[in-house]
Amino acid sequence: METNLLEIIYLIGSITFILGLKMLSHPDSARKGNLIAAAGMITAIFGTIFLYHDVEGNSLGNYIWIFAALIIGTVVGFYSAKKVQMTAMPEMVSLFNGMGGACAAIISIVELNHFFHAPHPIESFVTNGHPLLNGQVLIMSLGLIIGSVSFAGSMVAWGKLNGKVKDFSFPGQQFMNIGLMLAILALTVFMMFVDVETAQMLMYVIFSLSLVYGVLFVFPIGGADMPVVISLLNSFTGVAAACGGFLYSNSVMLTGGILVGSAGTILTILMCKAMNRSLMNVIIGSFGGASASNPAAAGAAGDIREITMNDTAVLLSYSKSVVIVPGYGLAVAQAQHVCHELEKTLEEKGVEVRYAIHPVAGRMPGHMNVLLAEADVPYTKLLEMEEINPEFPNTDVVLVIGANDVVNPAAKRDPSSPIYGMPVLDVELAATTIVLKRGMAKGYAGIENELFYEPKTRMLFGDAKATLQKLVAEIKAL
Amino acid sequence: MDINFTLFLILNFFYSYRELITIVILSIFLGIEIIGSVPSVLHTPLMSGANAIHGVVIIGAIIVMGKAEPDNYLALILGFLAVILGTLNVVGGFVVTDRMLEMFKKKKK
Repeated sequence: METNLLEIIYLIGSITFILGLKMLSHPDSARKGNLIAAAGMITAIFGTIFLYHDVEGNSLGNYIWIFAALIIGTVVGFYSAKKVQMTAMPEMVSLFNGMGGACAAIISIVELNHFFHAPHPIESFVTNGHPLLNGQVLIMSLGLIIGSVSFAGSMVAWGKLNGKVKDFSFPGQQFMNIGLMLAILALTVFMMFVDVETAQMLMYVIFSLSLVYGVLFVFPIGGADMPVVISLLNSFTGVAAACGGFLYSNSVMLTGGILVGSAGTILTILMCKAMNRSLMNVIIGSFGGASASNPAAAGAAGDIREITMNDTAVLLSYSKSVVIVPGYGLAVAQAQHVCHELEKTLEEKGVEVRYAIHPVAGRMPGHMNVLLAEADVPYTKLLEMEEINPEFPNTDVVLVIGANDVVNPAAKRDPSSPIYGMPVLDVELAATTIVLKRGMAKGYAGIENELFYEPKTRMLFGDAKATLQKLVAEIKAL
Repeated sequence: MDINFTLFLILNFFYSYRELITIVILSIFLGIEIIGSVPSVLHTPLMSGANAIHGVVIIGAIIVMGKAEPDNYLALILGFLAVILGTLNVVGGFVVTDRMLEMFKKKKK
């Protein structure tokens, strides 16, 4: 009776996940979709705690431990998710993803240990002399490998995004990674043919090697590609969770995990497409090492022209149409509110102000939309790249705030550039481009930006927030 | 191990797990269908939402914890840790996603 009820709860859980993901892919229903999936998750969790029975009909114990862990996790998770700054959200997603991966790996370790002490294959057939040769061991091992890779990889991605870990690669690393993966798989197969003591030891070897693989997998990938990598690791964790579902014949874990696995893979590919790159290209990490072999762009260096605050204020105030191109620098400086103020001040003076949003501006797709929405910039003012690009020739002033690679014309002109082929904003077509930057530092791709040396470009150096504040004051004083 | 035996093992695996394998295959296609065409603005919230959903792995952690014998310290400690990590994934994941989407909502009106 209770088991049947639990099955129904799991079915409902699966449906909420499907609906949730479906609704999350439309702007109007996204928030509701997230809440529906969360409600399904909570029901499934409490259903499991109170209604779960194993094959022999025993219910779960250790309630104090379970609730203590749930409370600790909830408090820490809730608090850190509420506290995190908008700019640090991708890191946070990576961190939580790593937690899920670690959770899946631990489940596999405990269950494998359990199995080594008392093999109980549910398959109808046991191979003589090889008690470990069965599907359960295979699935637990896969859960262990994928979960560990996802955990270690997510931790490196997290470190890279908050600047603690630098890009790192060495010649032949790709071959070493492939070799390592093959070794892990070979060991897993081997483990199914040995006695339980050896297998137990091998399990920890596989675990350690998987962690190393996860680190090496993410290390060479450039920081700008981190959202893609996180999305990929996200789908890995989904598959690891599904392995748990397979093990416990648990339908909600299975559907939830596989849905995330397949949807996450598609999402990863969509993200790559937005940058006009292939997934292979991202994984091999062409951003990391290629920048050094790009003397052509470095040779483009010429004179830059600075502009004063006062000139900028005048230029902006007497324009008809201004386009603001926000980038990561805006997010770092937390300048979204003052940016909105600038926009309002200019609109009061009769200037048409719009925002050009590059699909991968910032550190994650949609980063700028979220950031500007926080400052109450109206939705209708944010234009996607396809909409705004034809408008640039009729624009008087483009104000680039903390963006770099997404406005680099080298992506269109220089086939040797590592970002060649990536769609960019055609800001150089506007009458004047003002680039607001802290200094002449390179963007995330680590390459020189020809835009800064264009005759129509003016540089305005300084912190985005402080500079914009002064700019607003200047414009108001005019 | 000859070919016939290997084949037998594989078939046996599929037979034992036929229902689960059906769910897996249908879910793969469903996942692909659902995402189909999503505007790039929603890539990150969607990734974050999916991240929260794979937190369903916590159910496995709860089962591990609940089944652990009182004298099996390894299972107890690891299970406890797994439930904490799983909860972090679920709670953190959904809350972060909600915070991202909260901002989309505001500008709609």
